[in-house]
Amino acid sequence: MTTETVARIPLVDYLVLEDPPHLVAHECTSCGARFFDRRNACASCFGTEFRSAELPTEGELVSFTIVSFAAPGVPVPFVAGVIDLDGTTVRGNIVNTEPDTEHVTLGMKVRLTTFSIGSDDNGVEAVAFGFEPAS
Amino acid sequence: MNDDIFILGITMTKFGKHPDKDAVDLGAEAAMNALADGGVTMADMGVLAAGNLMNAAAGFGQQLQKQIGQTGIPVFNVVNACATGATALRTAIMAVKAGECDMGLAVGVENLAGAGLLAGGFGKPDGHTWEPSGRYGAVAPVDGRIGTDTMPGTFAQVGMEYLHEHAYSGEAFEMFAKISEKNHSHSTLNPLAAYNKLMTLEEIMGDIMIAYPNTRPMCSANCDGGAAAVVVSAEKLKTLSLEQQRRAVKVSASVLTSDPYTEGCQVLPDVNTLTRSAATQAYEEAGVGPDDLDLVELHDCFATAELVHYDNLKLCEEGGAVEFFESGATWRDGDMPVNVSGGLQSKGHPISATGIANIWEVCHHLRGEAGDRQIEGATVGLAHVIGLGSACGVHILEKAA
Repeated sequence: MTTETVARIPLVDYLVLEDPPHLVAHECTSCGARFFDRRNACASCFGTEFRSAELPTEGELVSFTIVSFAAPGVPVPFVAGVIDLDGTTVRGNIVNTEPDTEHVTLGMKVRLTTFSIGSDDNGVEAVAFGFEPAS
Repeated sequence: MNDDIFILGITMTKFGKHPDKDAVDLGAEAAMNALADGGVTMADMGVLAAGNLMNAAAGFGQQLQKQIGQTGIPVFNVVNACATGATALRTAIMAVKAGECDMGLAVGVENLAGAGLLAGGFGKPDGHTWEPSGRYGAVAPVDGRIGTDTMPGTFAQVGMEYLHEHAYSGEAFEMFAKISEKNHSHSTLNPLAAYNKLMTLEEIMGDIMIAYPNTRPMCSANCDGGAAAVVVSAEKLKTLSLEQQRRAVKVSASVLTSDPYTEGCQVLPDVNTLTRSAATQAYEEAGVGPDDLDLVELHDCFATAELVHYDNLKLCEEGGAVEFFESGATWRDGDMPVNVSGGLQSKGHPISATGIANIWEVCHHLRGEAGDRQIEGATVGLAHVIGLGSACGVHILEKAA
C-alpha cells in the first residue's frame, strides 16, 4: 500500500496532475471542437457526443496583458495570457519570469508548469497551473 | 410591413456625474427630450424598448412610463451588456418595421459614476476546505490565477492578439496610446462628454497602468447618462411637418448579431467575427460601402478595442489597422473620422445609454447640428457597439433626401 503524504487537488477539473501535468478538454466527436466546461451540445456543430482530449504542454503565447489593477484580493502585477497549444487555445498566467514586456513577448514559446496555492484545513494541497518561458 | 425607418427625434443627456438623478430621472430626461426633438408625445408611441443594465430586474421601462406617460403600450425591457442601448433601438425598429405600430421609443440609461472594475475579482476568499464548484470544478477563485476576468485586461488581450496575428513589430504601448490621444483631443469639442480635457501622449502613457497596454485614460470612463430615440415609419413620416421630415435621419441598416462559434472564443471572447458579420450585413442592407461613410462612432471601450474595429468594420484593408490609424485617417480632419464625439474613453460609457448616444452623435452631424465639431457635409455615418458575451449592433444612418 502506498503512503501518500500529501493529498493534492487541481485548481480546476481540466487540469490533470499526473506526471507530467497537462490540461484536458471535452472534444466533440463529430467536429473536434474542444471545451473546458461541460456542454449539452457542441457550440460549433450541435453534436452531443464528447470524448476526452489531452492537450500538449508546450505552445505559443498569442496574446497577453500585464494586469496592474485588479479586484481586491487579487495580487498584482501578473501576466494574463492566451496560449495556442498546437491548435487549441487556452488561458493562463505567464509565470516564472518578470511581469514586463522585456521578458514577456508575443509569439514566445511557453510550457505548462504547476504550483501550489496552499493547503486547506485537511492538509489537502490545491495545485494551479501557469505557463513559463520555454527558451 | 414598413420598409424604411427613420429616426424622428434623438437626444443624449450630458454624460458625467449626476449624483442627484437616478436612472428613472435620467431616462425621463432623455426620453422627453427625444420626444420634443421629434415633435411628438407619448400618445404617438406604439412601443417602448428600454434598457438599464444595472437594474435589469426592476422593470425600468414601466418605471419610466410612470414618470413620462402611461399609455398601455407594450414595453420591452432589454438587456444585452454594453449593446443594451442598440438592442433597445433595434427592438423599437423591428416593431415599426413589422407594421405593429408606426412610431416607437427606445431609451437606455445607466448610473455608473464612481463604479470601478465591472467584472473579475475573487468574490469570496479561499475556503477552509478545497471544494470543487462551478462549471470548471474550481476549488478556489480563478480570476488572477488563470488569466484575467477584468474588462481592461480582456480588451488589452484583444488588441495584443491583433498585433500578434499581423506581425506588428513597433511600439505597441505608444501606438495604442496615440488612439487615446486622438479621442481625448476630439472630446474637447463635445460639451456633453464626461471628460473633455486635452491629454498629451505623455500624460496618457504616464497615467496609472490598469492592464498593459491600457492606462486609465485609455479605458472607457464609468459615468452617468441617458439617451433616447424616437423611430418612425416612412409612411407616417410623410404625414408629419416638412421640418420634421427635413430633420429625420434614415436608418439605412439596423443589424444585431451574436458571436458565432470560433476556436478560442471560450478563452478570449471573439469580438471580431460578430462585428465583421454585422458590418457586412449592414453595408449590404444599406447599399453603401465603407468608402461612403463620412464618420464612424465605434465601440472604443478601450484604446486596444478601437484598433481591431477599424479592421472589423472594414474601414481599412484586412490586417491593415495600424497602418490605417498611423495614416491619420481616423482623426476628425482625416478621410474617415472615427469617434469625433471623443469616444467612450472621454465621452464616457454609461453602458445602456452608449448604443443610442453613438447614434445621436452620427445623427447630429447628418442634421448639420454638431456645432464646433461638425463634420462638414456629412451624409452617411455608421454607429457600432459591442456587448461582451457577445452582442454587436451596427446601424448605418443617412441624411434624409
